Amino acid sequence: MPKIKLPVKSPHIDMTPMVDLFSLLLTFFMLTATFKTPEAAPIDSPNSVSEKKAPESDLITVLVSKDGKIFLNFDNGRDTAAKIRENVFKHIGEQYKLNITNGDVKQFNKEASFGMPANKILPWLRTENSEAKKDFQVGIPYDSLNNEFNMWIRLIRVENPNAEVAIKGDANADLKAVKRVIDILQENQVNKFNLITNLAKKEEGKDEKEANK
Amino acid sequence: MAEIIEQEGKQKGGKKKAKKHSVHIDMTPMVDLMCLLITFFMLTTVFSRAKVMEITMPEKKDANDKTDAPKISADRTMNILITGDDKIYYYYGLADAKKLPLPQLIETNYSKDGIRKILIEKNKNVYDAVKDLKTKVEKGQLKLSDSALNAQIKQIKKDDKTSPIVLIKSDDKAKYKNFVDIIDEMAISNIANYAPVDMDPIEKQMIATYKK
Repeated sequence: MPKIKLPVKSPHIDMTPMVDLFSLLLTFFMLTATFKTPEAAPIDSPNSVSEKKAPESDLITVLVSKDGKIFLNFDNGRDTAAKIRENVFKHIGEQYKLNITNGDVKQFNKEASFGMPANKILPWLRTENSEAKKDFQVGIPYDSLNNEFNMWIRLIRVENPNAEVAIKGDANADLKAVKRVIDILQENQVNKFNLITNLAKKEEGKDEKEANK
Repeated sequence: MAEIIEQEGKQKGGKKKAKKHSVHIDMTPMVDLMCLLITFFMLTTVFSRAKVMEITMPEKKDANDKTDAPKISADRTMNILITGDDKIYYYYGLADAKKLPLPQLIETNYSKDGIRKILIEKNKNVYDAVKDLKTKVEKGQLKLSDSALNAQIKQIKKDDKTSPIVLIKSDDKAKYKNFVDIIDEMAISNIANYAPVDMDPIEKQMIATYKK
Protein backbone atom coordinates (compact mmCIF):
# COMPACT_ATOMS: atom_id res chain seq x y z
CA MET A 1 0.00 0.00 0.00
CA PRO A 2 1.28 3.41 -0.76
CA LYS A 3 1.91 5.61 2.19
CA ILE A 4 -0.41 8.50 2.74
CA LYS A 5 1.51 11.69 2.35
CA LEU A 6 0.49 14.34 4.78
CA PRO A 7 0.72 17.82 3.42
CA VAL A 8 3.59 19.68 5.07
CA LYS A 9 2.32 22.73 6.89
CA SER A 10 4.45 25.34 8.52
CA PRO A 11 2.97 25.82 11.99
CA HIS A 12 1.90 29.32 12.77
CA ILE A 13 1.44 30.31 16.35
CA ASP A 14 -0.61 33.34 16.98
CA MET A 15 1.68 35.53 19.02
CA THR A 16 -0.64 38.50 19.30
CA PRO A 17 -1.79 37.90 22.92
CA MET A 18 1.78 37.33 24.00
CA VAL A 19 2.93 40.48 22.32
CA ASP A 20 0.07 42.35 23.94
CA LEU A 21 1.10 41.15 27.35
CA PHE A 22 4.73 41.93 26.70
CA SER A 23 3.97 45.45 25.61
CA LEU A 24 1.95 46.01 28.75
CA LEU A 25 4.74 44.73 30.95
CA LEU A 26 7.33 46.72 29.06
CA THR A 27 5.34 49.91 29.38
CA PHE A 28 4.84 49.28 33.08
CA PHE A 29 8.50 48.69 33.81
CA MET A 30 9.62 51.58 31.66
CA LEU A 31 7.31 53.98 33.43
CA THR A 32 8.16 52.80 36.92
CA ALA A 33 11.91 52.74 36.27
CA THR A 34 13.63 55.67 37.87
CA PHE A 35 16.83 56.48 36.19
CA LYS A 36 19.90 57.08 38.21
CA THR A 37 20.76 60.70 37.98
CA PRO A 38 24.46 61.45 37.86
CA GLU A 39 25.83 62.32 41.25
CA ALA A 40 27.69 65.50 42.05
CA ALA A 41 30.84 63.62 42.97
CA PRO A 42 32.04 60.06 42.50
CA ILE A 43 31.48 58.23 45.75
CA ASP A 44 32.63 54.75 46.57
CA SER A 45 30.57 53.59 49.54
CA PRO A 46 31.95 51.14 52.08
CA ASN A 47 30.64 47.59 52.38
CA SER A 48 28.41 46.18 55.07
CA VAL A 49 26.25 43.12 55.61
CA SER A 50 23.11 45.17 56.11
CA GLU A 51 20.30 44.23 53.75
CA LYS A 52 17.88 46.94 54.70
CA LYS A 53 16.73 49.05 51.82
CA ALA A 54 16.74 52.81 51.75
CA PRO A 55 13.38 54.53 52.04
CA GLU A 56 11.99 55.47 48.65
CA SER A 57 10.76 58.91 49.44
CA ASP A 58 11.09 61.54 52.16
CA LEU A 59 14.81 61.20 52.02
CA ILE A 60 17.56 63.75 52.47
CA THR A 61 20.80 62.37 51.08
CA VAL A 62 24.04 63.90 52.23
CA LEU A 63 27.01 62.91 50.15
CA VAL A 64 30.47 63.15 51.64
CA SER A 65 33.20 62.89 49.05
CA LYS A 66 36.69 61.56 49.54
CA ASP A 67 38.14 65.03 50.10
CA GLY A 68 35.53 65.99 52.67
CA LYS A 69 33.24 68.05 50.44
CA ILE A 70 29.55 67.66 51.02
CA PHE A 71 26.67 67.59 48.59
CA LEU A 72 22.98 67.45 49.19
CA ASN A 73 19.96 65.92 47.57
CA PHE A 74 16.39 65.83 48.78
CA ASP A 75 13.13 64.76 47.22
CA ASN A 76 9.65 66.12 47.10
CA GLY A 77 8.31 63.64 49.61
CA ARG A 78 5.38 61.30 49.27
CA ASP A 79 2.97 64.04 48.41
CA THR A 80 4.52 65.72 45.40
CA ALA A 81 1.94 68.49 45.57
CA ALA A 82 3.77 69.81 48.62
CA LYS A 83 6.57 71.07 46.35
CA ILE A 84 9.18 70.71 49.05
CA ARG A 85 12.13 71.18 46.73
CA GLU A 86 10.67 74.31 45.27
CA ASN A 87 9.81 75.85 48.63
CA VAL A 88 13.19 75.11 50.16
CA PHE A 89 14.90 76.63 47.15
CA LYS A 90 12.78 79.76 47.40
CA HIS A 91 13.54 80.09 51.11
CA ILE A 92 17.23 79.77 50.39
CA GLY A 93 16.78 82.51 47.82
CA GLU A 94 15.22 84.79 50.42
CA GLN A 95 17.87 83.94 52.96
CA TYR A 96 20.81 84.70 50.68
CA LYS A 97 19.08 87.42 48.65
CA LEU A 98 19.08 85.70 45.29
CA ASN A 99 16.93 86.82 42.38
CA ILE A 100 15.28 83.52 41.56
CA THR A 101 13.24 83.37 38.38
CA ASN A 102 10.60 80.76 37.55
CA GLY A 103 13.04 79.21 35.09
CA ASP A 104 15.55 78.71 37.90
CA VAL A 105 12.95 76.95 40.05
CA LYS A 106 12.09 74.62 37.19
CA GLN A 107 15.73 73.88 36.54
CA PHE A 108 16.35 73.24 40.26
CA ASN A 109 13.54 70.69 40.28
CA LYS A 110 15.25 68.81 37.47
CA GLU A 111 18.63 68.62 39.15
CA ALA A 112 19.62 65.88 41.57
CA SER A 113 22.47 66.28 44.04
CA PHE A 114 24.23 69.60 44.25
CA GLY A 115 26.90 71.24 46.33
CA MET A 116 28.01 74.83 46.02
CA PRO A 117 27.89 78.02 48.04
CA ALA A 118 24.52 79.77 47.84
CA ASN A 119 25.84 82.62 45.69
CA LYS A 120 26.93 80.13 43.02
CA ILE A 121 23.58 78.34 42.70
CA LEU A 122 22.06 80.64 40.10
CA PRO A 123 25.09 80.63 37.78
CA TRP A 124 25.12 76.83 38.13
CA LEU A 125 21.44 76.51 37.25
CA ARG A 126 21.80 78.85 34.29
CA THR A 127 24.78 77.04 32.81
CA GLU A 128 23.69 74.74 30.03
CA ASN A 129 26.90 72.89 29.27
CA SER A 130 27.03 69.78 31.45
CA GLU A 131 30.83 69.80 31.55
CA ALA A 132 30.93 73.40 32.72
CA LYS A 133 28.24 72.56 35.27
CA LYS A 134 30.49 70.05 36.96
CA ASP A 135 33.00 72.77 37.81
CA PHE A 136 30.43 74.42 40.05
CA GLN A 137 30.17 71.37 42.33
CA VAL A 138 32.64 72.42 44.99
CA GLY A 139 30.68 71.37 48.07
CA ILE A 140 28.35 73.20 50.42
CA PRO A 141 30.23 75.25 53.03
CA TYR A 142 29.75 73.74 56.48
CA ASP A 143 32.35 75.38 58.67
CA SER A 144 31.22 77.33 61.69
CA LEU A 145 31.74 80.73 60.03
CA ASN A 146 29.58 80.05 57.03
CA ASN A 147 27.33 77.12 57.79
CA GLU A 148 25.10 77.02 54.73
CA PHE A 149 24.62 73.30 55.13
CA ASN A 150 22.92 73.91 58.46
CA MET A 151 20.60 76.41 56.77
CA TRP A 152 19.64 73.92 54.06
CA ILE A 153 18.93 71.18 56.59
CA ARG A 154 16.89 73.48 58.78
CA LEU A 155 14.76 74.65 55.86
CA ILE A 156 14.23 71.11 54.57
CA ARG A 157 13.26 69.93 58.04
CA VAL A 158 10.74 72.73 58.34
CA GLU A 159 9.22 71.90 54.96
CA ASN A 160 9.32 68.16 55.42
CA PRO A 161 9.43 67.06 59.08
CA ASN A 162 9.13 63.39 58.08
CA ALA A 163 12.30 63.36 56.04
CA GLU A 164 14.86 60.75 56.99
CA VAL A 165 18.53 61.38 56.51
CA ALA A 166 20.80 59.09 54.55
CA ILE A 167 24.52 59.66 54.58
CA LYS A 168 26.46 58.44 51.60
CA GLY A 169 30.09 58.74 52.47
CA ASP A 170 33.13 57.67 50.53
CA ALA A 171 34.95 54.77 52.16
CA ASN A 172 38.13 56.83 52.33
CA ALA A 173 36.55 60.05 53.52
CA ASP A 174 37.76 61.31 56.87
CA LEU A 175 35.48 60.25 59.69
CA LYS A 176 35.95 63.77 61.02
CA ALA A 177 34.00 65.22 58.09
CA VAL A 178 31.20 62.68 58.50
CA LYS A 179 31.08 63.37 62.23
CA ARG A 180 30.82 67.08 61.58
CA VAL A 181 27.88 66.39 59.26
CA ILE A 182 26.25 64.21 61.92
CA ASP A 183 26.82 66.95 64.51
CA ILE A 184 25.11 69.55 62.35
CA LEU A 185 22.22 67.17 61.73
CA GLN A 186 21.89 66.47 65.44
CA GLU A 187 21.66 70.19 66.07
CA ASN A 188 18.57 69.97 63.87
CA GLN A 189 17.11 67.15 65.96
CA VAL A 190 17.99 64.37 63.56
CA ASN A 191 19.23 61.42 65.60
CA LYS A 192 18.57 58.53 63.28
CA PHE A 193 20.76 58.04 60.26
CA ASN A 194 20.82 55.68 57.35
CA LEU A 195 24.35 55.02 56.20
CA ILE A 196 24.32 53.99 52.56
CA THR A 197 26.57 51.00 51.99
CA ASN A 198 27.22 48.38 49.38
CA LEU A 199 26.14 44.89 50.21
CA ALA A 200 29.12 42.73 51.10
CA LYS A 201 28.84 39.09 50.15
CA LYS A 202 27.60 37.05 53.10
CA GLU A 203 30.72 36.91 55.18
CA GLU A 204 28.90 35.75 58.26
CA GLY A 205 27.59 32.58 56.66
CA LYS A 206 31.04 31.72 55.39
CA ASP A 207 32.50 32.08 58.84
CA GLU A 208 29.90 29.86 60.37
CA LYS A 209 30.61 27.17 57.84
CA GLU A 210 34.29 27.37 58.61
CA ALA A 211 33.58 27.20 62.31
CA ASN A 212 31.48 24.08 61.83
CA LYS A 213 34.25 22.17 60.12
CA MET B 1 9.05 39.08 6.60
CA ALA B 2 5.45 39.38 5.85
CA GLU B 3 3.90 36.59 3.97
CA ILE B 4 0.66 36.72 2.21
CA ILE B 5 -1.60 33.75 2.06
CA GLU B 6 -4.10 33.93 -0.60
CA GLN B 7 -7.52 32.81 0.21
CA GLU B 8 -9.50 31.43 -2.54
CA GLY B 9 -12.89 32.95 -2.37
CA LYS B 10 -15.82 31.42 -4.07
CA GLN B 11 -16.44 33.12 -7.27
CA LYS B 12 -20.04 33.62 -8.07
CA GLY B 13 -21.27 34.80 -11.35
CA GLY B 14 -19.24 36.93 -13.57
CA LYS B 15 -18.56 39.62 -10.99
CA LYS B 16 -14.94 40.07 -10.19
CA LYS B 17 -14.24 40.44 -6.50
CA ALA B 18 -11.02 41.72 -5.10
CA LYS B 19 -9.10 38.87 -3.54
CA LYS B 20 -9.02 38.90 0.24
CA HIS B 21 -5.61 38.87 1.80
CA SER B 22 -4.90 37.91 5.38
CA VAL B 23 -1.58 39.29 6.40
CA HIS B 24 0.70 37.39 8.73
CA ILE B 25 3.58 39.26 10.17
CA ASP B 26 6.41 37.31 11.67
CA MET B 27 6.60 38.73 15.15
CA THR B 28 9.52 36.69 16.46
CA PRO B 29 12.21 39.41 16.31
CA MET B 30 9.87 41.86 17.97
CA VAL B 31 9.10 39.40 20.74
CA ASP B 32 12.80 38.73 21.19
CA LEU B 33 13.53 42.39 21.59
CA MET B 34 10.67 42.89 24.01
CA CYS B 35 11.83 39.99 26.14
CA LEU B 36 15.25 41.55 26.40
CA LEU B 37 13.88 44.96 27.27
CA ILE B 38 11.54 43.58 29.91
CA THR B 39 14.35 41.64 31.53
CA PHE B 40 16.51 44.74 31.52
CA PHE B 41 13.90 46.97 33.11
CA MET B 42 12.89 44.38 35.66
CA LEU B 43 16.43 43.88 36.84
CA THR B 44 17.28 47.56 36.97
CA THR B 45 14.18 48.46 38.97
CA VAL B 46 14.79 45.72 41.52
CA PHE B 47 18.46 46.37 42.11
CA SER B 48 18.58 50.12 41.96
CA ARG B 49 17.60 50.78 45.56
CA ALA B 50 20.54 51.38 47.81
CA LYS B 51 21.20 49.30 50.89
CA VAL B 52 21.45 51.17 54.14
CA MET B 53 22.65 50.58 57.62
CA GLU B 54 20.66 52.22 60.36
CA ILE B 55 22.33 53.96 63.22
CA THR B 56 20.82 55.96 66.03
CA MET B 57 23.09 58.46 67.68
CA PRO B 58 22.79 59.34 71.36
CA GLU B 59 20.94 62.59 71.71
CA LYS B 60 23.04 65.70 72.13
CA LYS B 61 23.02 67.01 75.64
CA ASP B 62 21.73 70.48 76.06
CA ALA B 63 24.30 72.85 77.56
CA ASN B 64 21.74 73.89 80.18
CA ASP B 65 20.87 70.33 81.04
CA LYS B 66 22.53 69.61 84.36
CA THR B 67 21.59 65.94 84.64
CA ASP B 68 24.46 63.52 84.48
CA ALA B 69 24.99 61.16 81.60
CA PRO B 70 23.46 57.75 82.35
CA LYS B 71 25.85 55.65 84.37
CA ILE B 72 26.94 52.40 82.83
CA SER B 73 28.63 49.70 84.79
CA ALA B 74 32.37 49.65 84.22
CA ASP B 75 32.73 45.87 84.12
CA ARG B 76 30.40 45.57 81.15
CA THR B 77 31.98 48.43 79.25
CA MET B 78 34.21 47.77 76.32
CA ASN B 79 35.89 50.67 74.59
CA ILE B 80 36.90 50.44 70.98
CA LEU B 81 39.27 53.13 69.80
CA ILE B 82 39.54 53.52 66.05
CA THR B 83 42.37 55.48 64.57
CA GLY B 84 44.28 55.95 61.32
CA ASP B 85 46.11 53.26 59.33
CA ASP B 86 43.22 50.82 59.92
CA LYS B 87 44.25 50.24 63.50
CA ILE B 88 41.91 49.45 66.37
CA TYR B 89 42.65 49.35 70.06
CA TYR B 90 40.32 48.21 72.76
CA TYR B 91 40.20 48.07 76.52
CA TYR B 92 37.69 47.13 79.18
CA GLY B 93 36.35 49.32 81.92
CA LEU B 94 36.87 53.03 82.23
CA ALA B 95 39.97 55.09 81.71
CA ASP B 96 40.20 57.80 84.31
CA ALA B 97 43.24 60.02 84.72
CA LYS B 98 42.58 60.22 88.47
CA LYS B 99 42.38 56.49 88.98
CA LEU B 100 45.67 54.86 88.12
CA PRO B 101 46.69 52.44 86.77
CA LEU B 102 45.07 52.94 83.39
CA PRO B 103 43.45 49.91 81.80
CA GLN B 104 45.59 47.88 79.44
CA LEU B 105 45.20 48.77 75.77
CA ILE B 106 45.18 45.91 73.28
CA GLU B 107 45.73 46.30 69.54
CA THR B 108 43.73 44.32 67.01
CA ASN B 109 42.55 44.57 63.39
CA TYR B 110 39.43 44.39 61.23
CA SER B 111 39.87 40.81 60.07
CA LYS B 112 37.46 38.13 61.21
CA ASP B 113 40.04 36.77 63.63
CA GLY B 114 40.58 40.23 65.03
CA ILE B 115 37.87 42.35 66.54
CA ARG B 116 35.03 40.05 65.46
CA LYS B 117 36.36 37.09 67.41
CA ILE B 118 36.70 39.22 70.51
CA LEU B 119 33.23 40.69 70.19
CA ILE B 120 31.59 37.32 69.60
CA GLU B 121 33.49 35.90 72.56
CA LYS B 122 32.31 38.75 74.79
CA ASN B 123 28.75 38.46 73.54
CA LYS B 124 28.67 34.67 73.52
CA ASN B 125 25.36 34.19 75.33
CA VAL B 126 23.38 36.40 73.01
CA TYR B 127 25.26 35.40 69.88
CA ASP B 128 24.65 31.69 70.49
CA ALA B 129 21.02 32.19 71.43
CA VAL B 130 20.32 34.20 68.30
CA LYS B 131 22.22 31.71 66.14
CA ASP B 132 20.28 28.81 67.64
CA LEU B 133 16.99 30.51 66.95
CA LYS B 134 17.96 31.31 63.39
CA THR B 135 19.10 27.79 62.55
CA LYS B 136 15.89 26.39 64.03
CA VAL B 137 13.86 28.64 61.80
CA GLU B 138 16.00 27.80 58.77
CA LYS B 139 15.63 24.07 59.32
CA GLY B 140 11.89 24.44 59.73
CA GLN B 141 11.75 23.20 63.32
CA LEU B 142 10.25 26.50 64.34
CA LYS B 143 7.79 28.39 62.28
CA LEU B 144 8.12 32.11 62.76
CA SER B 145 7.35 35.05 60.59
CA ASP B 146 10.15 37.51 59.96
CA SER B 147 8.70 40.08 62.30
CA ALA B 148 8.15 37.50 65.06
CA LEU B 149 11.74 36.33 64.64
CA ASN B 150 13.05 39.88 64.88
CA ALA B 151 10.92 40.48 67.97
CA GLN B 152 12.35 37.36 69.61
CA ILE B 153 15.91 38.38 68.76
CA LYS B 154 15.21 41.77 70.25
CA GLN B 155 13.87 40.10 73.39
CA ILE B 156 16.99 37.94 73.72
CA LYS B 157 19.17 41.02 73.44
CA LYS B 158 17.07 42.85 75.98
CA ASP B 159 16.97 40.05 78.54
CA ASP B 160 20.68 39.49 78.59
CA LYS B 161 22.39 41.30 81.40
CA THR B 162 25.97 40.28 80.69
CA SER B 163 26.43 41.44 77.11
CA PRO B 164 29.04 44.15 76.63
CA ILE B 165 28.23 47.80 76.27
CA VAL B 166 30.48 49.01 73.51
CA LEU B 167 31.66 52.58 73.22
CA ILE B 168 33.05 53.37 69.81
CA LYS B 169 35.53 56.18 69.92
CA SER B 170 37.37 57.62 66.99
CA ASP B 171 40.03 60.23 66.52
CA ASP B 172 40.63 62.60 63.61
CA LYS B 173 42.75 60.17 61.64
CA ALA B 174 40.08 57.48 61.33
CA LYS B 175 38.39 56.93 57.99
CA TYR B 176 34.67 56.65 57.44
CA LYS B 177 35.19 53.08 56.25
CA ASN B 178 36.57 52.11 59.67
CA PHE B 179 33.49 53.44 61.40
CA VAL B 180 31.13 51.57 59.08
CA ASP B 181 33.17 48.41 59.57
CA ILE B 182 32.88 48.63 63.35
CA ILE B 183 29.13 49.26 63.25
CA ASP B 184 28.90 46.31 60.90
CA GLU B 185 30.80 44.12 63.36
CA MET B 186 28.23 45.07 66.00
CA ALA B 187 25.49 43.79 63.72
CA ILE B 188 27.39 40.58 62.95
CA SER B 189 28.10 39.78 66.58
CA ASN B 190 24.56 40.80 67.64
CA ILE B 191 25.65 43.42 70.11
CA ALA B 192 22.67 45.51 71.10
CA ASN B 193 24.27 48.19 73.20
CA TYR B 194 26.75 50.39 71.43
CA ALA B 195 27.20 54.08 70.94
CA PRO B 196 29.60 56.23 68.97
CA VAL B 197 31.08 58.78 71.35
CA ASP B 198 33.94 61.23 71.29
CA MET B 199 37.41 60.17 72.26
CA ASP B 200 38.77 61.47 75.55
CA PRO B 201 42.19 63.15 75.66
CA ILE B 202 43.32 60.47 78.07
CA GLU B 203 42.57 57.82 75.46
CA LYS B 204 44.54 59.68 72.81
CA GLN B 205 47.39 59.69 75.26
CA MET B 206 46.99 55.96 75.82
CA ILE B 207 47.27 55.33 72.08
CA ALA B 208 50.29 57.59 71.85
CA THR B 209 52.08 55.79 74.68
CA TYR B 210 51.12 52.42 73.23
CA LYS B 211 52.89 53.20 70.02
CA LYS B 212 56.16 53.89 71.80
